Amino acid sequence: MKAAVVVFPGSNCDRDLAVAFEQTGFDVSMVWHKDSALPEGIDIVGVPGGFSYGDYLRCGAIAAQSPICQSVVEHTKRGGYAIGICNGFQILTETGILPGALLRNAGLKYICRTVGLKVTTADSVFTQGYNAGDLIGVPIAHHDGNYYADAETVKALQDQDRVAFSYTDNPNGSVADIAGILSENRRVLGMMPHPERAADDGHGGTDGAAVFRALQGIAATA
Amino acid sequence: MKARVHVMLKNGVLDPQGEATRHALGNLGFDKVEGVRQGKVIDLQLAEGATEADVTEMCEKLLANTVIESYSFEIQ
Repeated sequence: MKAAVVVFPGSNCDRDLAVAFEQTGFDVSMVWHKDSALPEGIDIVGVPGGFSYGDYLRCGAIAAQSPICQSVVEHTKRGGYAIGICNGFQILTETGILPGALLRNAGLKYICRTVGLKVTTADSVFTQGYNAGDLIGVPIAHHDGNYYADAETVKALQDQDRVAFSYTDNPNGSVADIAGILSENRRVLGMMPHPERAADDGHGGTDGAAVFRALQGIAATA
Repeated sequence: MKARVHVMLKNGVLDPQGEATRHALGNLGFDKVEGVRQGKVIDLQLAEGATEADVTEMCEKLLANTVIESYSFEIQ
């Protein structure tokens, strides 16, 4: 099983994400933003949190135009798996891989704390380790995590069971309490909370570990 | 040749920064401010031969996120 973690100038959760993949049994390649191709045989791409390009213009906007992101788009178009966390979620929306956008938090403050999430669907490779309705605690650390999509898009996400996680006590103004969403083929997950920061006993919580544990089966299905 | 691009959050998209500015203006006694929307101005210095269509493409591809933002520009 092979995973690639994309590294941009300003990424700061890239190593955390790599460790989470490694603990799951993946061989992890770190891929620099200027690279134009992913390594051969990658099963899943991780787009990490951080502040790529200093959040210039809009969070994730410049990263989304980098050479490697075009390869990530092609990987997902071929049906490849990808997970984007925090800034990675912002980047995936900016590339158009996932719908919607992340706005400034409604309360204008940067929020860094563990929040309650409800697992909204267990029907994806990322969430199959949970039961729908499970309540978990996972840290958030963002200034721009206020998920927005127009009413039609939100309805489509809900009707197609593509909301992966929702906030139990909405911290940032996200529409319909949405914390994470799936692509139409359910192989791409974008989420603002950081499961890779709740994946080891040393983190003070392991509620996010199941996201990675459940990925062990993807090599067979990719 | 220059182009000035204006990027604003779309109507209906909450602008918490604009809202905070409106509150601050109210606190200063400007009680006739009913709404504030904050946006960006991006000045482009363009080489000869650049067209309006080029600027439109720049806005669509990068300068604005049309999921949440609208844009307009003038060529100077």
